[in-house]
Amino acid sequence: MGLPCGCYNTTYAKDMAILRTKTHWALLIGGLILWFSIPLWSSAYLLHIINYVGILIIATIGLNILTGYCGQFSIGHAAFVGVGGYTSAILTTNYGFPFLGALICAGLMAGLIGMVFGLPALRVKGFYLIMATLAAQFILVYIFGHWDSMTGGALGFHVVAASIGPLVFLNNRSQFYIIMIVLVLGVYFAQNLSRMQLGRAFVAIRDNDLAAEVMGISLWKYKIIAFFIGCFYAGIAGSLYVHWMRSVIPEHFSLLSSIWYCAYLIIGGMGTGVGPFLGVGLVVGLTELLRMGYGAVAGIFPYASVYFAAGNNMLFGLVLILFLIFEPRGLAHRWGILKTSYRLWPFSY
Amino acid sequence: MYQRRAEQLVEIKGLRVEDIYLSFGGIQSLVGVSTEILEREILGIIGPNGAGKTCLLNCINGFYRPQRGKIYWGDEDITHKPSHQIADAGIVRTFQNIELYTGLTVQDNIMAGRHSLIKTNIFLQGIYFGLAHSEEIKHRRAVEEIIDFLELEDARTQVAGSLPYGTRKRVELGRALAAEPRILLLDEPMAGMNVEEKEDVARFIIDIHELRGIPIVLVEHDMGVVMDICDRLCVLDFGNKIAEGIPTEIQANPTVIEAYLGR
Repeated sequence: MGLPCGCYNTTYAKDMAILRTKTHWALLIGGLILWFSIPLWSSAYLLHIINYVGILIIATIGLNILTGYCGQFSIGHAAFVGVGGYTSAILTTNYGFPFLGALICAGLMAGLIGMVFGLPALRVKGFYLIMATLAAQFILVYIFGHWDSMTGGALGFHVVAASIGPLVFLNNRSQFYIIMIVLVLGVYFAQNLSRMQLGRAFVAIRDNDLAAEVMGISLWKYKIIAFFIGCFYAGIAGSLYVHWMRSVIPEHFSLLSSIWYCAYLIIGGMGTGVGPFLGVGLVVGLTELLRMGYGAVAGIFPYASVYFAAGNNMLFGLVLILFLIFEPRGLAHRWGILKTSYRLWPFSY
Repeated sequence: MYQRRAEQLVEIKGLRVEDIYLSFGGIQSLVGVSTEILEREILGIIGPNGAGKTCLLNCINGFYRPQRGKIYWGDEDITHKPSHQIADAGIVRTFQNIELYTGLTVQDNIMAGRHSLIKTNIFLQGIYFGLAHSEEIKHRRAVEEIIDFLELEDARTQVAGSLPYGTRKRVELGRALAAEPRILLLDEPMAGMNVEEKEDVARFIIDIHELRGIPIVLVEHDMGVVMDICDRLCVLDFGNKIAEGIPTEIQANPTVIEAYLGR
């Protein structure tokens, strides 16, 4: 980490710290205060988008732990988000569970089912593991759509608003706080795990799993743990999503959503702390820019917005291909270069 | 005889390999190989390429399972134990073609070597402050001692994938040392080095042997080094053990001269 001039690490604790200088702390606390004050001044539409972004980031952090750190490719992530969503929806709407209990249960359920579908990871790697998780995607969505008694089948059902005690989270403003608090906690845990023994074990498995086994890292235990943690985050995100959307249908958790999660990770940067944030931010930001673009040309081409979905997919595909060719390490790498050049300017060394 | 390992006193044990048969389909890698590494010695395993030296080390580590034969660690039969449990028991190795974790820094690679010794659970690691933090600092201290011993200070924060070959070899040795091994299996630690670098590595090996008091198995091709630092030698050729004894005996042994050393 680039420290400012004159700032030396004199203890191991200081060397390991993420928030090392007073400036770091000031930026974090200032940023958090600014961030949590957003509902007070933003428009309703912007708040809606920010809530959506928050939920996507939580799910992407889970995928980052699974794919970015541990190297277990998964193209079934949206299905695990769905498991969490349906669990939470069924528990709160049909059985009157308290929201926080349903949130935790959603995470645990998604984590457990993720562990089951992660068992092929013990035998296959890379492309073949993608096929195995693709099976998870299709099987789970099929169950969502056809288990009518539990999940309401293809039509889904309405979900009650989340409530903690007397507080009911009815609108985007209140939901902002619960989503962002869960996001902050999620980032805290993920960053800590990534720099401790667990994170090193995951990266060891990603980079050299044969050597990792011989060096004392039990492959099956840590791969299963990776699937559990990754899908736990997905389940939490799913629970927040259904209570934000106030309805749950199988289409929300399709294969296309899974591919979007992978794309957020590739664009943001796999195996980095800021990757999920940058990836989701860029893709959702581009989508909104495109929407505004279509709105702007509505005067000239009144029926252009019909092609919004197609235009969105084309732009998204183009951005993904450009990133894979020119910056496979994602925006996080570019951000690191930007920070280093700012620190070193005008010197190039 | 006892040594200190991870703040506990453990018995120093020797390794015994009994009658190992290993074959891959029709290829016989090891044919009835038996040898013993006593506590307190440096055993050199030499032989031409393809003799089965690395296969023998892989069998000890549980990476290959021999079709017949047994491997004893002290009195314990470890032939069919899973690899990570063998590593937990203190049997640690380095690799001939360096197998570092290319995405981690040198410091993290060596910390990863301490995996078996870190005992906090995942939940405590997620919370970080408290038990996990203090344990991490404790292990970091041990890693810094290894970095100091192997003179890796300037490479500390470099990503392992970007290091030159000689430095990678030292990081590999550091990672093996970090696990506080009870026996060290070194697979060609001096491959691809010039005389000066070989002297450095030889010095490291002798220091490790004297400071930790552990047995060391050295697979090597450089006869000068092997004859100098090994207490005993074991010679393999096409999977058979053709000689075993002290270096001066091996040098004079006609079978060994025929097969490997040359006239």
